[in-house]
Amino acid sequence: MTVGLRETHDSALLHVTGQARYVDDIPAPAGCLHLAFGLSDIAHGRLLSLDLSDVRAAPGVVDVMAAGDLLRPADCSPSVHDEPLLCDGTIHYLGQPLFLVIATSHLAARRAAKLARAEVEAAPPLLTIDEALAADSRFEDGPRTWTKGDVSAALASAPRRLRGVLEMGGQEHFYLEGQAALALPGEGQMEVHSSTQHPSEIQHKVADALGLHMNDVRVVMRRMGGGFGGKESQGNALAIACAVAAERTGRACRMRYDRDDDMVITGKRHDFRIDYEVGFDDEGHLLAIDVTQYARCGWSQDLSLAVCDRAMLHADNAYLIPHMRITSHRLRTHTQSATAFRGFGGPQGMLGMERIIDHVAQELGRDPVEVRRLNFYAPAGTQAGQTTPYGMEVTDFPLHEMTDALLASSDYEARRAAIRDWNAGSPILKRGLAYAPVKFGISFTLTHLNQAGALVNVYRDGSILLNHGGTEMGQGLHRKVTQVAASRLGVPLSRVRISATDTTKVPNTSATAASSGADLNGMATQAACDTIRDRMAQRLAGLHQTTPDRVEFADGMVTVGGQELTWDAAVEACYLGRVSLSATGYYATPDLEWDRRRGQGRPFFYFSYGCAVTEVVLDTLTGENRILRADILHDCGSSLNPALDIGQIEGGYVQGAGWLTTEELVWDDKGRLRTHAPSTYKIPAVSDRPAVFNVRLWDAPNPSATIYRSKAVGEPPFMLGISVFLALGDACAACGPHFPDLQAPATPERVLQAVHRARGG
Amino acid sequence: MEIEFLLNGERVAARGPATRTLLDWLREERRLTGTKEGCNEGDCGACTVMVTDARGARALNACILFLPQLAGKAVRTVEGIASPEGDLHPVQQAMIDHHGSQCGFCTPGFVVAMAAAHLNGDRDHDTALAGNLCRCTGYAPIIRAAEAAALVPVPDWLRDEPFGEAPSGALGTPSGPGAGDMPPSEGWAGRREDAVDTAQTRVTGSGPVPDPTGTRGETTGGAVPAGTAKPAPIALPFPAPIPDGAAFLPDSADALAAWYAANPDATLVAGATDVGLWVTKGLRDLPKVAFLHRARDLARIETQGDRLRFGAGATMTEVLSAVAHRYPSWAALIRRYGSAQVRNAATIGGNIANGSPIGDNPPALIALGATLHLRKGDTRRDIPLEAFFLAYGKQDRQPGEFVEAVTIPAAAPAFRVYKLSKRFDQDISAVCGGFHVTIENGAVTAARIAFGGMAGVPKRASHVEAALLGQPWTAETIAAAMPAFAQDFTPLSDMRASATYRLEAAAGMLMRYHAELSGAVIDIRGITP
Repeated sequence: MTVGLRETHDSALLHVTGQARYVDDIPAPAGCLHLAFGLSDIAHGRLLSLDLSDVRAAPGVVDVMAAGDLLRPADCSPSVHDEPLLCDGTIHYLGQPLFLVIATSHLAARRAAKLARAEVEAAPPLLTIDEALAADSRFEDGPRTWTKGDVSAALASAPRRLRGVLEMGGQEHFYLEGQAALALPGEGQMEVHSSTQHPSEIQHKVADALGLHMNDVRVVMRRMGGGFGGKESQGNALAIACAVAAERTGRACRMRYDRDDDMVITGKRHDFRIDYEVGFDDEGHLLAIDVTQYARCGWSQDLSLAVCDRAMLHADNAYLIPHMRITSHRLRTHTQSATAFRGFGGPQGMLGMERIIDHVAQELGRDPVEVRRLNFYAPAGTQAGQTTPYGMEVTDFPLHEMTDALLASSDYEARRAAIRDWNAGSPILKRGLAYAPVKFGISFTLTHLNQAGALVNVYRDGSILLNHGGTEMGQGLHRKVTQVAASRLGVPLSRVRISATDTTKVPNTSATAASSGADLNGMATQAACDTIRDRMAQRLAGLHQTTPDRVEFADGMVTVGGQELTWDAAVEACYLGRVSLSATGYYATPDLEWDRRRGQGRPFFYFSYGCAVTEVVLDTLTGENRILRADILHDCGSSLNPALDIGQIEGGYVQGAGWLTTEELVWDDKGRLRTHAPSTYKIPAVSDRPAVFNVRLWDAPNPSATIYRSKAVGEPPFMLGISVFLALGDACAACGPHFPDLQAPATPERVLQAVHRARGG
Repeated sequence: MEIEFLLNGERVAARGPATRTLLDWLREERRLTGTKEGCNEGDCGACTVMVTDARGARALNACILFLPQLAGKAVRTVEGIASPEGDLHPVQQAMIDHHGSQCGFCTPGFVVAMAAAHLNGDRDHDTALAGNLCRCTGYAPIIRAAEAAALVPVPDWLRDEPFGEAPSGALGTPSGPGAGDMPPSEGWAGRREDAVDTAQTRVTGSGPVPDPTGTRGETTGGAVPAGTAKPAPIALPFPAPIPDGAAFLPDSADALAAWYAANPDATLVAGATDVGLWVTKGLRDLPKVAFLHRARDLARIETQGDRLRFGAGATMTEVLSAVAHRYPSWAALIRRYGSAQVRNAATIGGNIANGSPIGDNPPALIALGATLHLRKGDTRRDIPLEAFFLAYGKQDRQPGEFVEAVTIPAAAPAFRVYKLSKRFDQDISAVCGGFHVTIENGAVTAARIAFGGMAGVPKRASHVEAALLGQPWTAETIAAAMPAFAQDFTPLSDMRASATYRLEAAAGMLMRYHAELSGAVIDIRGITP
């Protein structure tokens, strides 16, 4: 059985030889045209007129389209139809597409797009959380609030109380492959290749923009060069633009954003401010928490409501808080529309909780890890009825044991003491050490998205073609799902080819998001394979005068009542016996019930857990800092593929560390994003990874009935990066007696500010 | 213009405007789509290719590499890293075995950068790969792969033999006094002897190697002993690039000087690490361009008595190699200067002439007391480097005048330079500070302190220097000098840092300098867990 083996990524050979094809690598038909958007250079106002004559006259330009040239209003929103493809008169942010250039080359389109003269009437933009609050500019009618217990009374009676504020920046996805699409028109239909996590939505939005039915539009996606949530909805505009231009010109049209355009146009992780008040006792028991989350959502709704919901759903992280109130403000600003990004609000909610604990620990003079353990949910089976602030029972909490194991393997206590001594003798450099846990809810909180389909074809020669609704963005989903298929059919992996995600093969798919790819599509694939296997068993049992339960499929052989035949021979026998060798599979996650307005129910099928210990060193003269060591223990259930899971954990941790350290988004007071390329926006580079990096899997089957009892792994490890931020806070705290109140991202500048606060400056 | 070069072992001709990038040509003309566009500005490494010339093989960013820079050289893309029969290169196999690719988009660039480092025996993987961004893996498996591949020999098929491009100038190789502290031959810089040999034997019939600097007579180590010359391994007949009026490719400093004096409106392109962005990001037309890479005499690094002279065309990789032992602090800075791909292209002269207030060499060079050598036609003048930077975007350079070289003292043990940026590697400085204080009998007798990122130009901290002069070299003196920073500088706030922080960090660097000279532990990179 191939499930559980450390198989390599299905495209590894193609990756290393340069043969792996991404959307912009697909050979286009002769005469293919190239597109570029012309962008707004003000953040808010009215577009009064647009003089495109120079654009039209530019070399290589075939056509130019403004909103008025569209045959139908084209909308790009994944939620509420509030994102016109091209500006319809109102300018919502700096970088908004105003018009579309169609040209004979990418470079010609880009050059021409700079030549427009836009007459605009500028209005003051709302750029910050405070400006949006003051203007009451928000999505939904007001803040959402979920409450557990009697927070006001519990706070009033708590022996100790603290208040604080934590600002945390957003994050650019920086997928290495920028957004890209290609549309091929013909016979009243449209075929679209899009670098997207959500082919079905591209299909839906393109059909809508062209006035076609969904069965007229085919969307194909072989692989993305990274997604991280940034290709859940942000590719819509390119795919629609290509389709509209292809309809207009009758020619293939392709588009890729130059990196600067990509960063200026597309949404990023939401930046948050979190205000908190916490009541606790002298030992560090958290008695009551009142937390308010302010999210800067940008100009359109996009996925912001669900992101903010998930931030609320993770405001407790791993801790049982008897009384908790969580309030969420979803603020509308004249900036890029913040969107999905690995963790989807979870990181922001969780970081707020971890900050509270550090603050309490410092106030009490205790090691934060003790306060964390003191407030954990109770271990599995020890406390029936313990619930999250949203009323979901926590039944399987493994973090006590995991924490014991990690603190031991990382030698936490001894290093804590050694660092204390070292810091005492080091006036300029200070080290910090921190532990952070993760409890992350698995399932789409929009319950109907928790479904998936698969299509499996077995051909007469025994080869197998697998298709499912999930998309491959590097996470190894296709490898995991082929491992499932090979295991169900008892064949070697080499017998199974997986094809591009294709809306003509599996319909109505959900985005590959919410870490759900393997959970959902693995189950659907299992169902399809089992259907074929059961049909084959039925037929083969009949041929050999035995019963289907005595037919076994393993190692490329089929054993029928004690007789062995090869898989290929068994397939041929079934074909000749007129057995259908093609099947679909379908899966819907069970046991979900969620009322997002009330904040009550069971939004998640289960939780994924992990914990990390990180050590850092910082320079108190400049705030420069560095990760020295990370130890991670992460729960993947019974791993479908430990190598791929460790890859997700290492990569997630470093990406999470980047969010909270070097990755800083800066807008100026005009709303212009000043960090719009890798020259100014700094994701971690190779030397930023921990010098010592120990990652282990917590090997325990998922108590919930997932595919081979595995657990989702895409997003949860991202939040292990929080331990870096906490370790930097710990190092700052070593500089003086006061709470350093480190803000995120912890650039050298913010670290130095925190050093000053620790010293009382 | 048309040029010819080797592409994955095959001789090819490329046509196009002088500012056509190799990346666009590969993807659009050759349909070699393995080389990726990640940022189109040389910051992500997804487009890394390996370029071999007389000086050896090195990784470069194809997105900011113009076709004329490749004439007569050999280019390998990811498609040419495996053998013609399809045998994987050791780094490819190791990347598969160690799960080094996830989304795979950065992978071709990594594979090529790793193959170039592997070929050159470079095992400092963090340095070799600092210019390759990966958003998926967290880098750990890639480094495991690089370490595993390092144990496997270089496959024969990867060694290219470019035709050569008929250089007419000699590339000086240090010898004699001061040369003993050069690092052992490593990387492509270590293959410079081949280059010198080539140059010596392929001078185009005009007699001895020209000596445009006029300083050869004083050079202690600039000339190559004739006895070391070997037959040129690459002296195949090959046509020089054909200028079509849009570009000029001088093969000597003299030729450049004459042409540039007559064409002062032209753009000079050395490594194209900055000019490349004018084209790919600024979408600018460059009507008249001179490419300087063939003027090898402009790239010499040589000791002249107690001075060290860098020809303007010396790449930062060559500078790094030359100063690794003399100036470990500057070498550590250069190690963070761009990335391997950028250092392999960028030149010290370009970094100075560009006049950026955040260029990283000027603060170091000014603190070292560098002299800048400028040339227009046959007229030369020498100025202190700090005098070159007049105001933001304005340098003391006449039309048609170019930076020919910069010289510094051959030794300055108390010199240090510190770079501060959000990310350690491959980031532009928020503040860069160069320090050189002379202490005699416990008191400061001379002080040269210069900063980048603190003003519109790289600038000396003259008030700070004055506050130190004559004072005992103590923490009290340093503390007393702190207010002088605000007299010297009123820095800007921008996306890299606030003005307040810049002032504070600059002052922090002076404290660090004092602490370091006093023997304190000041380097977070020196700390192990």
